[in-house]
Amino acid sequence: MVHPFLVLEWLAEQVNLHLGPHVLYAWLVMALLIVVAFVATRKIREIPSGIQNFMEAVVEVLENFIEDNMGPKGKKYFPLIGTLALFILTCNLIALMPSAFPPTANPNTNAAMALAVFGATHFIGFREHGIGYLKHFTGPMPALAPFLFVIELVGHVARPVSLTLRLFGNMYGHEIVLMIFLALVPLLGPLPMMFMGILVAFIQTFVFTLLTTIYIAGALEEAH
Amino acid sequence: MGYFTWCMIVAGVGMTVAAVGCGISQSMGIVRAVEGIARNPGAGGKIMTTMLIGLAMIESLAIYVFVVAMIILFANPFTEHVIKMAAGQ
Repeated sequence: MVHPFLVLEWLAEQVNLHLGPHVLYAWLVMALLIVVAFVATRKIREIPSGIQNFMEAVVEVLENFIEDNMGPKGKKYFPLIGTLALFILTCNLIALMPSAFPPTANPNTNAAMALAVFGATHFIGFREHGIGYLKHFTGPMPALAPFLFVIELVGHVARPVSLTLRLFGNMYGHEIVLMIFLALVPLLGPLPMMFMGILVAFIQTFVFTLLTTIYIAGALEEAH
Repeated sequence: MGYFTWCMIVAGVGMTVAAVGCGISQSMGIVRAVEGIARNPGAGGKIMTTMLIGLAMIESLAIYVFVVAMIILFANPFTEHVIKMAAGQ
């Protein structure tokens, strides 16, 4: 089931660049976010207006979210969580543009982000607690430690897998439904599903960011 | 019955069972959330946020089944093997 026509893929064919559509559209999302960030911070005024106002609202929502879930010591991790949230949201919303492919509909993009979160969680855990971070994996009683270590390890490995597949399944499933509706009713068929697409985009961003925040908060807190 | 017939049946039935399980579980969550909001309308925002998170978590189980069904139908790793075996006979 192939998307009928993708603009950036056609452009890349003209210059003989053979990369998957998810890479090309990820570049588009990156360029978009960088341009918006540049434009919003060019002349910072005390009383914001225009795009600076909008981006300040977005940053405030993210900061309040992180502070609610992680406490004041979570402010250090705002760049990672904020970048993930904005990138995933823009990638998901690009799916609604005709002839665009959401980069998050490919498991590679999602796996990259999920592995980054996995690495960050354990790096932060080791940096915060030293070698005592391993006590997080042993559970309440030292007698059960080897048994619980294996269980906790499986649980930790399941985290990036679930993050990847949840986001991939939602976005790719939505693309497939849109293409089926497009085949049934050529021009306006996908329109109702696109409204659900906006809802799904926001909810999946929220869930990914919330889970990242909870995992990092779990690595920061004391063991059981 | 042929291999590909079984593939289609499994993908369809699996997705059905996942949808049923997902529907029942999500409805149980929503019932309790709505009761909570009816008891305490002031906590409505927080309850709804928690409910949406719970729904997304339960939904992801059905999505795993969807991913497996897509793999079985469109990225089946045994297709060539089966075709070779059928052609060999």
